[in-house]
Amino acid sequence: MGYIANYGYADGSGTWYVIIDSGKCDGCGKCVEACKENVFEVITDDYDDLVAIVKQEKRKSVKYLCNPCISATGKENLPCYLACEKGAIKHSW
Amino acid sequence: MAQEFWRWEESRWNSPDIDWRKEDVITAGVDVGSVSSQAVIMVDGEIYAYANMRTGSDSPDSARNVMKWALEGTGMTVDDIHYIIGTGYGRVNVPFAHRTITEIACHARGANFMYGPTIKTVLDMGGQDCKAIRVDDKGKVTNFLMNDKCAAGTGRGMEVFAELMGVPIGDVGDISLDIDEEPDPVSSTCVVFAKTEAVGLLRAGWLKNKVLAAYCSAMAHRVYTLLERIGVEKDFGITGGIAKNKGVVKRLEKELGLTALTPKHDTQLAGAIGAALFGKGLVEKSRKAG
Repeated sequence: MGYIANYGYADGSGTWYVIIDSGKCDGCGKCVEACKENVFEVITDDYDDLVAIVKQEKRKSVKYLCNPCISATGKENLPCYLACEKGAIKHSW
Repeated sequence: MAQEFWRWEESRWNSPDIDWRKEDVITAGVDVGSVSSQAVIMVDGEIYAYANMRTGSDSPDSARNVMKWALEGTGMTVDDIHYIIGTGYGRVNVPFAHRTITEIACHARGANFMYGPTIKTVLDMGGQDCKAIRVDDKGKVTNFLMNDKCAAGTGRGMEVFAELMGVPIGDVGDISLDIDEEPDPVSSTCVVFAKTEAVGLLRAGWLKNKVLAAYCSAMAHRVYTLLERIGVEKDFGITGGIAKNKGVVKRLEKELGLTALTPKHDTQLAGAIGAALFGKGLVEKSRKAG
């Protein structure tokens, strides 16, 4: 069983989290290649499983990194969603 | 020297009943946070010794100092410990650690130890961030959310307020509850904005306890929104320094309609306890593997 990881923040302008379901994610790394903003990386987590995470240094700016893609392609056709065969990636907004 | 109202009490303890030389597995967790650092030494899954002190400007030094203090008078040295895990904001700066584990996993595990397996929702109110964590009955994370964008609703914010109000930080909770009527919360938990607002309220004739009530209330609401996102299931428990502040805890409980579990240990130790427990698991696993 995995866990749901919320990477991002909430501020006065809204709630900005990239959500990764580690139970679905198998650490294949296709999202890493798909994201032109280089948001993701695959690591071995605390429970020794391979899993994609949002890079530490990107977490405070996911709003600005993801929004251009969301407005260009729409939520359904985001490169990261299309790349992830397991459907492990979501956004909170 | 002028009184420093923000300064919380550092502490250390070791069990007089345990002879560590006779025990099987000795592990330690070192949690180097942004504001405080803790070292917990566990023998066979029991807390043997701990130290809790302020983090200095040098993380490796903070880790060494807190460990040294925990070991003081025990006759134990770092070399006697089978496995040491570093956690917290400064976890990569624990020079003597065998491995690092994120504070999210460690707080979940530590809360499970401190509050028992019935705990499902953990709120860690740390020095410079807060985390809402859902855990299973083994203490494994099932969902988490962290707010590290700013120090709103954190220990550091409370320190700033204690100093501004001239109230010792340990008394803030009680003083904030000593009011006739609950004031509206300050409109922003941003430490800088809230400070400006508080100064305005003082000038407008508000008493200290009322201003502190308004701040504690804003802080409680801030973390409530985090908890709401991941969903709160009881039992619910709080870790980190702010768990000691009744003014925030009582207001949060009211907003949640839930009572937080009563801690059996110093709530600041949760991360280091969790780390030491992870260490125990790893030692046992490697021994089994031969």
